[in-house]
Amino acid sequence: MQRVRLRYTKRGRLRFTSHRDFQRAFERALRRAEVPMAYSAGFTPHPKVSYANAAPTGTASEAEYLEIALTERRDPALLRELLDASLPPGLDVTDAVEAHTSGFADRLTASEWRLRLDGVAPAEAARAASAFLAAPAVEVQRETKKGLRTFDARAAVAALEAAADDGPGGADRPGPASCAILRLVVRHLTPAVRPDDVLTGLRTAAGLAPPVPAGVTRLAQGPLDEETGTVTDPLAPDRDATPVATAHGSTA
Amino acid sequence: MPVESVFPRLEALLPHVQKPIQYVGGELNSTVKEWDDTDVRWALMYPDAYEVGLPNQGVMILYEVLNEREGVLAERTYSVWPDLEELMREHRVPQFTVDAHRPVGAFDLFGVSFSTELGYTNLLTALDLAGIPLDAADRTEDHPVVIAGGHAAFNPEPIADFVDCAVVGDGEQAVLEITEIVRAWKAEGRPGGREELLFRLARTGGVYVPRFYDVEYLADGRIARVVPNRSGVPWRVSKHTVMDLDEWPYPKQPLVPLAETVHERMSVEIFRGCTRGCRFCQAGMITRPVRERSITGIGEMVDKGLKNTGFEEVGLLSLSSADHSEIADVAKGLADRYEEDKIGLSLPSTRVDAFNIDLANELTRNGRRSGLTFAPEGGSERIRKVINKMVSEEDLIRTVATAYGNGWRQVKLYFMCGLPTETDEDVLQIADMATRVIAKGREVSGSGDIRCTVSIGGFVPKPHTPFQWAPQLSPEETDARLEKLRERIRGDKKYGRSIGFRYHDGKPGIVEGLLSRGDRRVGDVIRAVYEAGGRFDGWREYFSYDLWMDCADKALTAHGVDVDWYTTRERGYEEVLPWDHLDSGLDKDWLWEDWQDALDETEVEDCRWTPCFDCGVCPQLDTEIQIGPTGKKLLPLTVVK
Repeated sequence: MQRVRLRYTKRGRLRFTSHRDFQRAFERALRRAEVPMAYSAGFTPHPKVSYANAAPTGTASEAEYLEIALTERRDPALLRELLDASLPPGLDVTDAVEAHTSGFADRLTASEWRLRLDGVAPAEAARAASAFLAAPAVEVQRETKKGLRTFDARAAVAALEAAADDGPGGADRPGPASCAILRLVVRHLTPAVRPDDVLTGLRTAAGLAPPVPAGVTRLAQGPLDEETGTVTDPLAPDRDATPVATAHGSTA
Repeated sequence: MPVESVFPRLEALLPHVQKPIQYVGGELNSTVKEWDDTDVRWALMYPDAYEVGLPNQGVMILYEVLNEREGVLAERTYSVWPDLEELMREHRVPQFTVDAHRPVGAFDLFGVSFSTELGYTNLLTALDLAGIPLDAADRTEDHPVVIAGGHAAFNPEPIADFVDCAVVGDGEQAVLEITEIVRAWKAEGRPGGREELLFRLARTGGVYVPRFYDVEYLADGRIARVVPNRSGVPWRVSKHTVMDLDEWPYPKQPLVPLAETVHERMSVEIFRGCTRGCRFCQAGMITRPVRERSITGIGEMVDKGLKNTGFEEVGLLSLSSADHSEIADVAKGLADRYEEDKIGLSLPSTRVDAFNIDLANELTRNGRRSGLTFAPEGGSERIRKVINKMVSEEDLIRTVATAYGNGWRQVKLYFMCGLPTETDEDVLQIADMATRVIAKGREVSGSGDIRCTVSIGGFVPKPHTPFQWAPQLSPEETDARLEKLRERIRGDKKYGRSIGFRYHDGKPGIVEGLLSRGDRRVGDVIRAVYEAGGRFDGWREYFSYDLWMDCADKALTAHGVDVDWYTTRERGYEEVLPWDHLDSGLDKDWLWEDWQDALDETEVEDCRWTPCFDCGVCPQLDTEIQIGPTGKKLLPLTVVK
């Protein structure tokens, strides 16, 4: 059995795709592309797909990950092309690497997000970010399946700063006169702190109230380099391991 | 001039609504064309939520048929839920299509498909959100021509004020004919304005334009006559019938939504029409004659459809799927072909006989045998003769015995309550039937783990059926009868706990009855309900019986009629019915004879296997029954790796 790890996106209007919606769409894409999937046992066999850490409905992403198990070997680069063509534009497969390591999900320790705040002056956003970071804790509330929960949104934030608008996801929205961009790095802790929680915190702790909903995009997901405060490529260990693994044959 | 997308404005609202994915489009196999490259543009609507509307075969077929044509553009729109409606009104975002998010008001034609009358208030919501005047009479050349289709359009009178046209029957060819008329009229510089366009449509005899007909009433409230008010307009409007389904293999590329919808499968219509002659069944009456898709045509559609969609289930649709002349070969062929591919097969709408158990076994070769569904419709032998549902209790017991013997553990039985001539005793016999089913199941399977679910709904008399003259049972009587049945089942110590009982109360049926057999005066009720906030009447959580009754009281009093007059009143032979000028092909005298036969408990055979009994459709519409067997086989396809 070959395992392949894929990086995919949720862009533009398809950011409103929920994780369940994506799962259905992806499994159909696998069928259309005639990918030789391994199936689970049981009455209703399912193709073996492991999803990691999906971005919330309504937030765009450049860095979602999943892993599939195949019964026949396929070239990851060709597989990527095939699946990308089979999925609707916006759900794009941007990388594919054969798995040679374990503990992939554990490597996803942080996410980098871009928050696009239309109608907010960059200076105002920078001031609010500083105020947020200066606070020892920022309590926020969120409605969860278990009811209203209160937790700290500050501790998980590794970085929050004003940034230039140069990334993807900016072009599909018409920009009003003023628009601020925040770059946010959040550690994956429990309870999970989402960009929405940070936005709530920016409102309660720093009085930042964007006139329209923020455009949120996940730019990266992976190990956090504490030195630089950047999120690194979680597929790198698999890529680096490739020659070794090939020499030893299958890693399945 | 290109029409601007409303998406940027809509997008800002989407984070605030439930399931925003349903509003963004982008479905696999959807089509977006350049506005300026086309000269006739259709907005197609299914007037219910996206999750119900998207899988609708009618809309999907017309969408594809139209978009295949050069110069023609078709986009889809669905009802928006009240949370988005409120925001759209606040931010002045108009009703939009999900394909390119163009405003519905910018299209030439706005076609709305009504499977049920309960979508009428949603039509008004969509018109209003689109900025189209609710009254057809107030529209100008700048507004789309609003066309109703679908089964409910066979009596469009309750929405006659709100639509410009209604088209009855199969839509595939009709939409293309209408497109050509609109194209020619636009190319000529729109001579005579909207009125002239509607006249050109009306004079074809296949498009009903309510404004060209006057309805005159008698003093007692009944209709005196419906008469064309300008020359060149036919007295009666004919339904459309597509004769060779193999020439219309649509949808070829079914839409695959991102959002979850009610049917997630590759549906293939294996035949259209039904001549079983069940007297309550409007679909069976108005879609005659029977026209089969060939076994090879079915095989190709399934193959292409699965490749184009990635669906895991195939549904073989029709009004009585097991009646296809080659269904055994179709089922076996598909089961063989997809045995390795984990493709599920389903066959909705099957009748009660042992042959169907073989079929069901074939379809579930690899899967679990959970539940089988049958529809005896009536609890007693007598009432089944009245409704012409020819299944004897012995047939049913034999069938379920086979089913339980083959490993099936649950049988669902569908019934109706409130059928003409029905008494409490007819309905109470449903309980007896269910206990016999359980007893037989325990005996055959040797297991106590046997279930039978009885599901029962209120009967609503429909236009163009033999029961179009029948009185509808009042909701109070319906509820009382269902309660007696419930008590009978609950009271059964030996079997009661193995019988599930599901029922719908009689109130929604009365509103459906009012709208089904209503005339133009009922339009005032629909408008009043809409204005008072009525939406999504097919949804229990939105439907309000009291709102409908209040509005009906106020709106109908002025006309000297009431809800009972439309629903529980029996009509006579001479009465002019509101839909008489819409020709379904059925001979009204034959319908009346069949109604009399019903009262005499006399059955009628299926004309597929017995001589013609003169329902009138074939000679009237110059059509014929088209059935196999063709003798061909479904070839297994080799999967290309």
